[in-house]
Amino acid sequence: MSSITPEQHVVSYGKLAATWLALMALTVLTIWVSFQDLGIFRVWAALSIASLKSGLVIAIFMQMKYENRLLKWLLFLALATLAIFIGLTFVDVLYR
Amino acid sequence: MRKAQHKDDAAAKLGMWLFLFTEMLLFGGLFLLYGVYLARYPQEFATAGHEMHRWFGAINTIILISSSLLAAMSVTAIRRNDSKTAVLLLVGTVACAAVFLMNKYLEWSAEISRGLYPGSPLLAQAPHGEPLFFSLYYLTVGLHGLHVLIGGSVLSVMAWRIRHGVITAGNCIWLENSTLFWHLVDLIWIFIFPLYYLVL
Repeated sequence: MSSITPEQHVVSYGKLAATWLALMALTVLTIWVSFQDLGIFRVWAALSIASLKSGLVIAIFMQMKYENRLLKWLLFLALATLAIFIGLTFVDVLYR
Repeated sequence: MRKAQHKDDAAAKLGMWLFLFTEMLLFGGLFLLYGVYLARYPQEFATAGHEMHRWFGAINTIILISSSLLAAMSVTAIRRNDSKTAVLLLVGTVACAAVFLMNKYLEWSAEISRGLYPGSPLLAQAPHGEPLFFSLYYLTVGLHGLHVLIGGSVLSVMAWRIRHGVITAGNCIWLENSTLFWHLVDLIWIFIFPLYYLVL
């Protein structure tokens, strides 16, 4: 049997639980922020917290932190593509 | 002679991530639509957004994040050769998925009974931005709910496979890729929750 097994990294239960706690804390924070009177910054605050949370999920739960460089660059490429799509659309919509 | 089985976990994982990227772009497109319409109809979006059940969204956020923890722990369990715990953790994950969908059912029932659904007589009389908001809401959250259903089904199959010794410590790429899908479902909800339930 030919087998190519990448180096396996086992994330400890403690680390996963700590990540869950951080995600819970950020959820409480995002709800608290939504009750504050921040005007348009509410959207930016909510999106910043959501990005932080998704960073934690991708890095620890999805183990991207322990993956090889190829996968990390591909993730960057996918997110950059999405950011360019969204950025250019808003340039068109807001300054038409 | 039996043909040697070819096994390449790195390629399997790469393939899964490529699929997840297409999913990110799919939901990214829906978030882009949301952003553009929010910029065009801020007043109508605010009115429509106040009809949302904030606490349903918050409870479902907690349920999904916790289910993601259980799914990630099941991978750790199987790697440590602890199949029994891995199955239990997956059962917990699937139970969370079921509760999530149940909440969704209650939430949508409440909204539909108040006449808030695409094409309803109530929304037909509302300014253009409000039916737009609800159409986008039902499309995005409905598509996400479909992902919850699929992810829950896939993880049930994985639990069955672990129980029957098909997935083991040395052969767990199926489980890993299935949990990756589950984390993506969680990831998308992390953005749906503030955008639809909180910022308006």
